[in-house]
Amino acid sequence: MNYQYPDERGHFGKYGGRYVAETLMPALLELERAYTEASQDQEFQREFSYYLKHYVGRPSPLYFAERLTKELGGAKIYLKREDLNHTGAHKVNNTVGQVLLARRMGKKKVIAETGAGQHGVATATVAALFGMECEVFMGKEDIRRQALNVFRMKLLGAKVHEVTSGTATLKDAMNDALRHWVTHVRDTFYVIGTVAGPHPYPLLVRDFQSVIGIEAKQQLQEAEGRLPDVAIACIGGGSNAMGLFYPFIEDSSVKLLGVEAAGFGVGTGKHAASISAGSPGVLHGNKTYLLQDDDGQIQHAHSISAGLDYPGVGPEHAHLRDIERAEYVSITDTEALEAFQKLTHVEGIIPALESAHAIAQVIKLAPMLSSDKILLVNLSGRGDKDIHTVADALGVDL
Amino acid sequence: MAKMSRIETVFTTLRKRQETALIPFITAGDPNLDRTAELIHCLADAGADLIELGVPFSDPMADGPTIQAASERALDAGTTLGGVLRLVTDVRKKTQIPLILMGYYNPVFCYGSERFAHDAATAGVDALLLVDLPPEEIDEISTMMRGAGIDLITLLAPTTPPERMQRLAAAAEGYLYYVSMTGVTGAQKISPEDIRVAVEDLRGMAAVPVAVGFGITTAEDARAVGDFADGVVVGSALVKIIEENGQSKELLPKVAKFIVELKHGLTTPAS
Repeated sequence: MNYQYPDERGHFGKYGGRYVAETLMPALLELERAYTEASQDQEFQREFSYYLKHYVGRPSPLYFAERLTKELGGAKIYLKREDLNHTGAHKVNNTVGQVLLARRMGKKKVIAETGAGQHGVATATVAALFGMECEVFMGKEDIRRQALNVFRMKLLGAKVHEVTSGTATLKDAMNDALRHWVTHVRDTFYVIGTVAGPHPYPLLVRDFQSVIGIEAKQQLQEAEGRLPDVAIACIGGGSNAMGLFYPFIEDSSVKLLGVEAAGFGVGTGKHAASISAGSPGVLHGNKTYLLQDDDGQIQHAHSISAGLDYPGVGPEHAHLRDIERAEYVSITDTEALEAFQKLTHVEGIIPALESAHAIAQVIKLAPMLSSDKILLVNLSGRGDKDIHTVADALGVDL
Repeated sequence: MAKMSRIETVFTTLRKRQETALIPFITAGDPNLDRTAELIHCLADAGADLIELGVPFSDPMADGPTIQAASERALDAGTTLGGVLRLVTDVRKKTQIPLILMGYYNPVFCYGSERFAHDAATAGVDALLLVDLPPEEIDEISTMMRGAGIDLITLLAPTTPPERMQRLAAAAEGYLYYVSMTGVTGAQKISPEDIRVAVEDLRGMAAVPVAVGFGITTAEDARAVGDFADGVVVGSALVKIIEENGQSKELLPKVAKFIVELKHGLTTPAS
């Protein structure tokens, strides 16, 4: 299979594109030119690799989860430990890349949207590293749920804007970040945290996150001498999944499995499963699957995990679903909570609630497969930030 | 020669009179569609030359707080794109004022652009202005809209480079909408003199009239901009009056008074 997406106008089949106001269009064209140059410049690549190695701590380990494998009694389970990165999640791979690009373009200020706060923290961290001004947009509801990350961002020197419009969650944070960008586009670089938004963001975020899959492929080759049978990752916007999947796209023997958040259950209407239960539409600069009503109004998403609580998904995932290269399933809040506890008990690893969705799918899938099969799972982040949410859900008063 | 569109007719008439077009913007369905019908007739009677009717969207990324709130009020009142088209059908029985639907792409995409083109043309919509459908993506609807006789209005911004501006201005339909500043609607006031040169250059390139919007809030602003533009768009300042007087008997008289003031500024030369 020869996979060549996006096309030169940023389309992944029917999806992607650049659906933005004219004021931003020149900035996107400038960004596209700058990124094309940077991606062909060895010095930029060297700089990116340098910070990934010495600052982020890459390569992240590929860990054979032996006890979990035994307990589930089926396929072998390997965890790609993005939770061990500096700042505790995969998000920093992309923020290092984008902030280096911002510097190269001569921008002095960066802005970001954030849901769980991981991308906000990762952006604020790299902005601190390079002495750049940083402003983060975060929904009021998420500020309440993720107070720890809000304080971390402030310590790192970022200004956190509380977003009260709409549903006061990630999608509204992105609206306000876009509104701020349109006003300050001349000197400000918008660091988008996932493989969504207008072209070239889905492309460049995928490229910066692909280090996950490239390393995992090599590490698994060393450990097992072969490719995995299934690569599994959770999906909100879908950046950790795209980072894991992309280096395996042309390996047709590898099944790619994305796990969306089913919230209270896909049938309840309170979920964030845009691919499983949404329909095509246009939001935040790209065409993709969205949770929306018949009139094209965007609906509230719900997930126990703030990082998955988004009513859209990256356009490349929409395309991979349509061409049937990847499969998408969903996991409820309850299943994710159980998986969160299981991984913690059995392996001594506290996963982020986002990543717990991928683990929950592993718990379902592994026992159905024979012991010669290999599951490669992206453990995209650590769960320290979710301790209060989990305690609440379990009825524990901290 | 093809019959002149309602938009061309209006601008041609105004040019002869050496007047600048007054283009008020209101959000359809704010506070409800019946009230919007009354407002359209009120605007037309008070001196508006064209009307931009906002189609509400849940995520209005190019709008400031005033129009965001109007959009929310309209959605809370149950406004849909289909409802807006029925409204246009209804008001079209009594007025020939050009009506431009303005908003975001997703409601049109979900309605189905082919079905939309047909229904909008039948209802009497003259043009469509989608803020998040730039020239790079417009191909997916342009053939259908042109086929139905609906103009697609192009936005140009202060950040648009000269070469791009030239290309887009030459290909424009209806009128060009020049966004006076980098920002969202209603965010700040403009300084008319700062944009004079840009607008005059643009008029030199364009085959259609040039309207200026964003940041025009008073009759004084309108008059200053009207000195060098073919049309001025007033949105947030008007929507604010609707926000404050939506259900009150005072609404229509207050709106009419504001429109008369604005129009007065556009029919008498700047001092």
